[in-house]
Amino acid sequence: MTAATAILLAIALPLAAVPLIALARNRPDLRESVSLAAAAATAAAAWSLLPEALSGERAAVEVFRFLPGLSIRFEVEPLGAMFAALASLLWIVSTVYSIGYMRGNAEQHQTRYYIFFAIAIGSTMGVALAGNLLTLFLFYEALTLSTYPLVAHHGDERARRGARTYLFILLATSIGLLLPAIVWTWSVAGTLEFTAGGVLEGRITDGLAAVLLLLYVLGTGKAAVMPVHRWLPAAMVAPTPVSALLHAVAVVKAGVFTITKVVIYVFGLEFLAHVPAEKLLVWLAGFTVVAASIVAMRQTDLKRLLAYSTVSQLSYIVLAALVLAPLSEIGAAIHIVAHAFGKITLFFAAGAIYVASKKTDVMQLSGIGLRMPWTMAAFAIGALSMIGVPPTAGFVSKWYIIAGAFQLDNYFVLAVLVASTGLNAAYFLPIVFRAFFRPEVAAPAKEHGEAPWPMVAALAFTAAMTVAFFVFNGPVVELEYGILGRPR
Amino acid sequence: MRVFGLYNYWVFAVLLMIGLYAIIARGNLVKKLLGLSIFQSAVFLLYISMAKVEGGTAPILRYAGEPELSSNPLPHVLILTAIVVGISTIALGLAIVVRIREEFGTIEEDEIQSKVRDQ
Amino acid sequence: MTFAEQLPALAVAVPLGAAPVAALLGRGSLPWALAAVASVASFAVALLLAVAAAGVDAISYDVGGWAAPYGIELRITSFSALLLLIITGASSAVLLGTKASLDAEVARGRRPYFYAAWLLAVGGLSGIVASGDAFNIFVFMEVSSLATYILIAGGSDSRALPAVFKYLVMGTIGATFYLIGVGLIYMMTGTLNLADMEARIGGVADLKPILAAVGFVTLGLALKAGVFPLHVWLPNAYAWSPHAVTAFIAACSTKVSLYVLLRFDFMVFQGSLAEHGVHFSGFLLPLAVLAVLVASATAMSEGHLKRLLAWSSIAQVGYIVLGASLLTEAGLTAGIVHMFNHALAKGALFLAVACLATRFASLALADLAGAARRMPWTMAAFAVGALSLIGIPGTAGFVSKWYLVLAALKTGAAGAALVAVIVISSLMAVWYVWRVVETAWFRVPAAGAGRDEAPLPMLAMLWLAALANVWFGLQPGLPLALSESAATALMRYVQ
Repeated sequence: MTAATAILLAIALPLAAVPLIALARNRPDLRESVSLAAAAATAAAAWSLLPEALSGERAAVEVFRFLPGLSIRFEVEPLGAMFAALASLLWIVSTVYSIGYMRGNAEQHQTRYYIFFAIAIGSTMGVALAGNLLTLFLFYEALTLSTYPLVAHHGDERARRGARTYLFILLATSIGLLLPAIVWTWSVAGTLEFTAGGVLEGRITDGLAAVLLLLYVLGTGKAAVMPVHRWLPAAMVAPTPVSALLHAVAVVKAGVFTITKVVIYVFGLEFLAHVPAEKLLVWLAGFTVVAASIVAMRQTDLKRLLAYSTVSQLSYIVLAALVLAPLSEIGAAIHIVAHAFGKITLFFAAGAIYVASKKTDVMQLSGIGLRMPWTMAAFAIGALSMIGVPPTAGFVSKWYIIAGAFQLDNYFVLAVLVASTGLNAAYFLPIVFRAFFRPEVAAPAKEHGEAPWPMVAALAFTAAMTVAFFVFNGPVVELEYGILGRPR
Repeated sequence: MRVFGLYNYWVFAVLLMIGLYAIIARGNLVKKLLGLSIFQSAVFLLYISMAKVEGGTAPILRYAGEPELSSNPLPHVLILTAIVVGISTIALGLAIVVRIREEFGTIEEDEIQSKVRDQ
Repeated sequence: MTFAEQLPALAVAVPLGAAPVAALLGRGSLPWALAAVASVASFAVALLLAVAAAGVDAISYDVGGWAAPYGIELRITSFSALLLLIITGASSAVLLGTKASLDAEVARGRRPYFYAAWLLAVGGLSGIVASGDAFNIFVFMEVSSLATYILIAGGSDSRALPAVFKYLVMGTIGATFYLIGVGLIYMMTGTLNLADMEARIGGVADLKPILAAVGFVTLGLALKAGVFPLHVWLPNAYAWSPHAVTAFIAACSTKVSLYVLLRFDFMVFQGSLAEHGVHFSGFLLPLAVLAVLVASATAMSEGHLKRLLAWSSIAQVGYIVLGASLLTEAGLTAGIVHMFNHALAKGALFLAVACLATRFASLALADLAGAARRMPWTMAAFAVGALSLIGIPGTAGFVSKWYLVLAALKTGAAGAALVAVIVISSLMAVWYVWRVVETAWFRVPAAGAGRDEAPLPMLAMLWLAALANVWFGLQPGLPLALSESAATALMRYVQ
């Protein structure tokens, strides 16, 4: 299989599964088998791209020309290959989890759910493997639209309101800011290709570049930098597997991935270093890190707490990307992976708790660790990774980000990291403590143990990955050196 | 006396405004159509006025010795077409008024409005 | 003369010639069949013309062998070829697809005349874009308008009658204004041929009558095109006409008036009047901005599906005018390509409305709750059309939006404000179409109705239109090429 075929397969396979899932709508077992098979095949295609990306090859495939000089084009690039591999792997895991969750909860419209899930993953692959900004934007919007039915899944007033906020903020930012930014880039640079070193240098004044950068960062609403973060808590009305895969991994990572790509390949690190507003955005991201953590502390709904934690963690990545030190760029890339494993574990645990006990509030969780030891152990690992304690994945990324900040003597970033580490500990550890060391307030209405086994298996796997990534992060680091050159 | 020499055009402008006023100010649909008819006729006058050549006659075959000067025939022809168009428009408008009267039982604009709103 | 040389005449003659025949074919399906066949034939002619016009400046045809400027000239440029494609394409698609809807709405006894009027409308509209003679354009304008009034009033909804009366009065005022303008120009130049006019205006000593003519022509055509604030006839005329008719006229009728407007203001006046460009955009640009914002805002709070889409049409006319009034090649390209793309999007949306109307008695949004459970395919196609209207990448609407934003950016600092207008109105579009999508998909229907789709031919045509939105969103080559060459041709006259 050539790389070009693998690229197209990675995008087309999830979409090809859609009609099959629709056809199998009356046979749940078959339907879910199709989903699983599609997930496995997609992952195989995406993973087969990794060796290529590692060796520094940049396989590309042009699908067709859109406008003169502008085409729909895909390209394997280290960052994208990593993102594609990550999302496709976690699709398998979360499909297994979904089977347990959707059945355990007896949800309605399960076929619609699997269909749009597959489309969303296909769009994510498109974002990851996009070869230019236009292609990226195309799939970025497709991702927004295909996740809308998943957020509105329950169809009641609360779900509709949440989905409306979700859709409106994401479309408002992307059409209102990102699209003009892209057209502007096209009009000054004459190209939207991702080019090493950027395409804007010498074509735009520093002042205008600052405006453009602001448009990009705020226009990429999926990265949830304050003040465009409101959609993420709103999206928590979705079923938990959606929150887990899409709103902890695919959608939000598509956002930070877009910003990282724009920073590295459109502006270029060296050009950006003397753009005045760049500092402003660093502060904005730093503010988001701390402020979102403070908001998270005040949440009692477990999923909303996790959502605000995601907002905070995403801005880590944006912050790291904007520090502009090579080591912190690597930190940003690693944090995409590390946060993915950790946060999906946390969401999986939240969903397992809900399916087993119908509990959604942090205060209700006293003593639940004894009833659901596997789930809560995984939750604890995820929480440690969020705080950045070894031996979890979160430690590695924080290490690189801090190293990058030291490279440039950026003490603001250091202060943000220290503050947020403290805050993360302050809102995650009490939950773990309560779950394991507080007695149950009252016996639950219905006796329960662990959630259905596919859910437990899924969350155990991601928890294991969170720990494993602490040790085996070499390939990701190698991959990123591929883009930036080994730091001096 | 150039201003009065152009009195045709003054009449055109006055008729145009009378027509427009009737269309806007009258609530009765038939009166509106009458206004529309006046409005269109004013334009016919504009065309015919500009075609007139002083001392000219109808542009038909002439015998020797008769004056050569004739009015411009083209606007006349155009206006013949425009008159046909105008008649069709008014006829269609009146037909619609008849249908409105059948459906709503009135041809007063505000009464029709309130009946439409009730539907 | 070869067949190819007769194409410009055929574009007009086929529908006009078929019209009286349709009136004689009795009350069965024959008039419909003839109208459909004639439409498809005209579409084929339009396709051939588009191919032929793409490479050349203009295809000129002297009616009756009388040479211009004395005879009447038919003049096919790439701009008019694009419009012919829109007109005949919309007519063919609607006629072929919505027979069931037309049968339900048009009484048996009226059918022969209804289809005759339909063909007259197609012929008239085609005549307007094909003709190179100012008075000839007036006559075709009235032919198409009179026929359109009949079409709008041809259905069973009595609310259409007051609406069409208003349209008739305002349409006639617009046409008469145009006639006054043409008369004044003729008075000063002695010609009715557009190309000849342009050449002769330069030699006119006293420009005052010409300036008055510019005002009359622009205003009259703006009225017919539904340019804000001269749009008041439009919402009700669209809302209460037969659904198939709405799909047809929404796709093409306002655009044809805009075509004449652009042709006059760019080709005739622009090259010969100093400062005309400044006046033109000073007059139309603010109106376009207002149209885009006010009409979108009205659509946001509108409770009836067809009126909502009609208000959106007014906003979209604003986009086209906005692009044109930038007075740049990029802006004109954006405006002209949006004529095509908006015809695709609105055509698909109104076809979906026609499908909905076969199963729902009322098209008020409140009554459409859960419509997607009953008609999932219809509503899915509606969603595609809605995405195109918003301008989501991968749909035709995105192409226009891309060019419009690009054109606005190129105008410098003021362009940033225009970009803001464009994106704000896009977001308003998200708001108003998403209300429909959300109502249809995520609200619980009143009664537990089962699945009950529209008739298959309607659904097939609806999906063809929806997929055309995707196709031309990804492969915009043809409409873009025609628009670009049209824009270049128009810009040649700008000083």
